[in-house]
Amino acid sequence: MTFTNSAELLSFHWVAYSIYAAMIISVVAWFGYNLTKKDAKSVFRIPFYWYMAFLVAGGVGHHIFTYNTIPWVSQDIDRHNITPDVKYEFEIKDHKWIGLPKQIVIQCGQTVEFDVHSRDLVYGFGLFRQDGSMVMQMQVNPGTDVNGILDSNDILWTFNHNGVFDLTSTEYSGPRQYSEDGKDLMLVKDFVKVVGCKDNGGIQ
Amino acid sequence: MSYIHTLINGTNFDHKGLNALQKVTLRAVVMAFLFYGLVALEGMIMRMVEVGHVPLNPLPEQFFHPEHFFSIMTVHPIVGIFGSTYQLVFGAFTFLVPYLTKKPLYSVKLANWTWILITAGTALAWVAAFVWQYAPLYTLYWPLPADTHQFNVIGGIVFIIGVALIMVGTLGFIYNIYATIFARVGIHKNKTTKELLISGFGIDGFLNLINKLRGKQPYTKEPALALPVVAIFRGTVDTFLDALVILGAGILILVYLLFDASGHALDVTAIDALLYKNFFWWGLDLVADGLVLIYVAGSWYLLATLITGQKLFMENVARAALMLELLVSWMVWSHHLLGDQGQPEMMKLISGEMVTAFELLTQGLALFITLVTLWKARPLKMTMELKYLLGGLVGFGLAVPAAIIQADMGMNRVLHNTQWIIGAHVHIALIVGLYMTLYSALYVLWPLVTNNTKLYSHKLANTHFWLHLIGGIGMGAFMGMAGLDGMLRRHLYVDGQFNPDMIFAAIFGSMLLVAWAVFLYNIIMSVGIKGLIGIFLPAKDATASYGIEEELEPADDPAFANA
Repeated sequence: MTFTNSAELLSFHWVAYSIYAAMIISVVAWFGYNLTKKDAKSVFRIPFYWYMAFLVAGGVGHHIFTYNTIPWVSQDIDRHNITPDVKYEFEIKDHKWIGLPKQIVIQCGQTVEFDVHSRDLVYGFGLFRQDGSMVMQMQVNPGTDVNGILDSNDILWTFNHNGVFDLTSTEYSGPRQYSEDGKDLMLVKDFVKVVGCKDNGGIQ
Repeated sequence: MSYIHTLINGTNFDHKGLNALQKVTLRAVVMAFLFYGLVALEGMIMRMVEVGHVPLNPLPEQFFHPEHFFSIMTVHPIVGIFGSTYQLVFGAFTFLVPYLTKKPLYSVKLANWTWILITAGTALAWVAAFVWQYAPLYTLYWPLPADTHQFNVIGGIVFIIGVALIMVGTLGFIYNIYATIFARVGIHKNKTTKELLISGFGIDGFLNLINKLRGKQPYTKEPALALPVVAIFRGTVDTFLDALVILGAGILILVYLLFDASGHALDVTAIDALLYKNFFWWGLDLVADGLVLIYVAGSWYLLATLITGQKLFMENVARAALMLELLVSWMVWSHHLLGDQGQPEMMKLISGEMVTAFELLTQGLALFITLVTLWKARPLKMTMELKYLLGGLVGFGLAVPAAIIQADMGMNRVLHNTQWIIGAHVHIALIVGLYMTLYSALYVLWPLVTNNTKLYSHKLANTHFWLHLIGGIGMGAFMGMAGLDGMLRRHLYVDGQFNPDMIFAAIFGSMLLVAWAVFLYNIIMSVGIKGLIGIFLPAKDATASYGIEEELEPADDPAFANA
């Protein structure tokens, strides 16, 4: 099992957490009801050490599961040893993107490096589908090294589905990111276009 | 009895019969619930903005302006966490520590200064946002709070002074609590500081467990401090460290603002933004993942024992686990920085993922011990305090896993800074988990703190319970769903892009606001307007303890001073 994009992951997460939420609410409600009954019997006994083992397995197993099913985790950890197919580098200053092309076109399956620098504040870099759901994001911290070179905020991403994605800053950097009537001034419509994938994802 | 008579005089509340400890407790509680109303109103305003310009939205246009919207977002957590939650918790512990240790509070005067300083500080921070629209948000990411191109310098200075006053008040609370615990009076007359320290850190519980495994006699059969006091002792360590970090950040921002105001602006790039984030999140996370979880665990243990009248199940394990929780809370801050590419990968893995996952263990343990303690004592009457306690358990049962899921490098890439974390985790943890635990404590302490004042209406108390529970879970759930749909948490949406999620979140949010109004009405009708005012009048009875023979406050006891 592998999630090929964040939409699949978020759908899975929605279902899994909803089931868990319904379960925990039901268990406590059942527990509360039976607390008032004199003859209530345990439906099943949970030995303490099994319960603790279950919690440990849940905590650790969650990370093992995501590491093996979400492709961007290992790619992110090892990104400095991976040569991207394409690299895009740009800056942000005064709530404006600098050096940003109008649109970038990415071939399906290409691994792209986005390297973003901030000249003043903490911003974010996030791509969103047309329905508003998030493709991915990272924080963009300002700062320079000892030679005055702006710090990198780099991320590798492999696109496996066709689509047109909007860009905006995902971190609050003050009210000047918006016009007086509340429009996001850092929103770049249709910034990324991915082509060449099969209808259900993957390279043609 | 006429309605007006009850409104003015309450049921049978007599503020003149309250001693100094009861009065100072109630003052903090009253302020906490007034701030809660303000924070609920702020939350509803923001929610209605996110609903957008849709027909029937009654919100005036000014709230849709970014300066106004983010000013509210800046003070919302300040008022909610410090003005309301801190005050409520501090008020309750100011009463509980003397009550449980059977000693007088170290200083009622200091306890009065605590609520006055936190109230004044919260009000100042609110004024800074309201008047000058100072809006760097509670995260204070460097260099935004010192960005005088966007924010007014005076507003920034007033805001920082406000937060500093809150932290000074917090330090006053901490001093009072430790001075009370370590006071060698009453039942602790013959205890040494070392014995109290060992008990406070839960080492006695740990040694008892070791001795049990080795087949030896317990290290101690009667620990010096009761388990809830141990939790307060332990959680207050995090409260102290957090206060130092926030004060430190405040001083840094204040220096920059003062230099700017004098016309000699300092270079903001002298401070590394990522290093600052690490420093700030280490401290701030001691609230979310430190003192809240420890205080809550201690409160559950106390409530379970008071409700059942029985000993806590696995008390030694609970004592030792509180120590583990403290250590865990110092090492988990990197889960806030999983989206920061400059953060070392090892810190993300160890602090952000692995150690954070331990919270599932510590909180799961507290849940288990509380449930088994209740179960062993059945049948129990479904009292208000038991109902609220179960509500609190549901809240953390939902909220802790929601956070553990996101404290993962894979999930964080698509959930960081979305409404998922602030809705499904933070709001459910605070509104359902923490507040329902605190309401349970309030109903347990109500007869003690008010001298058995009759509650005006149990129907209203029940109405409050259901509105709060359903409203809290519903609002958090729909915010969380909006987060999964891509809605950011610190972002302005004015066109209703995330409806119908936001409409449902607003409907459930309004239930919370109504719940608060119902609760406040019930309390006012119980104590009466005269009683409410009387709480703030000086106490004729200067006793600083409850349920023991009158003793001098240690702060005023010459024998103690010379000891």
